[in-house]
Amino acid sequence: MLDILVILCMAAGLFFFFGTTVGIIRFPDFYTRTHAAGKGDTLSVMLMLAGLALYNLHHLSLATLLVSGKIGIICVVVFIASPTATHAIMDAGYEAKVRSWSRPGAPKDPDDDGQDNSGEKL
Amino acid sequence: MFITVTFILLFILWVLFSGKFDLFHLTLGAISCAMVAKFCSGLLFQEKSRHLGRRLAEAGRFLLYLAWLLVQIVYANFHVIGLALSGRRLRRDLDPHIFHFKTVLRHNFSRFVLANSITLTPGTVTIRIHGDTLYIHAISKKAAGDLANQDSISEMERRVGHVFERHNLCFIADKDDQA
Repeated sequence: MLDILVILCMAAGLFFFFGTTVGIIRFPDFYTRTHAAGKGDTLSVMLMLAGLALYNLHHLSLATLLVSGKIGIICVVVFIASPTATHAIMDAGYEAKVRSWSRPGAPKDPDDDGQDNSGEKL
Repeated sequence: MFITVTFILLFILWVLFSGKFDLFHLTLGAISCAMVAKFCSGLLFQEKSRHLGRRLAEAGRFLLYLAWLLVQIVYANFHVIGLALSGRRLRRDLDPHIFHFKTVLRHNFSRFVLANSITLTPGTVTIRIHGDTLYIHAISKKAAGDLANQDSISEMERRVGHVFERHNLCFIADKDDQA
């Protein structure tokens, strides 16, 4: 029973990791790739760690409970650190005026802040 | 008062990480936790004027909010991964854009929680916060969701406000004034 739950968690985590990896390769520009890299990870890491924590509880004792608690704390840290790191990378890119891809023919963003990207190569 | 709370929180962490329950290790932990609590309790609690009970209620509501957020994260992950794995739909639906989002939340902490929640849900990233304006990069129109709608208060913002700024429920009226 526990095994099934563990396998489900792990498989779902792997699926989300796979999706984000494909996203990193396929998305067109820096910003969209950061989306894929930074955040699919959050859910997949949490699923993988949940699977690990459950697997660890096979022999229920105080020691394994403590280890599972520590894994839970890793989840919390990832939950806080991942969006912060994503934000930091994105903000650095925005500051450095990394050119973003937008749909051909999309209306110009109202908040372009006068960034002049015309001289840059795609 | 806050020193005691800090001490208890630190000591729970100590026991969890050390995993040893003999007198020697517990005493060591108690001593070091007491020292850290004495020097650093000011870091953990910003506004000392607020009551502990209200903080506890806030923490409880925050946990409920986290559960809701987790569901949102799963939904949004499916959206982004569907986008990544799709063939022709990628060209059709991918529409990265940056937009401004004016928040009605007043405290720095709730704005931080809102920004981090937006970043946690795949498809939207908060690039920066200027005062009450959040710069958000969204990967598609669907990912932006109701954040892009300036006229109404968004679901996520309403929930964050419900957790941290209950006394501030007039913020709905504020938003309508701005619109």
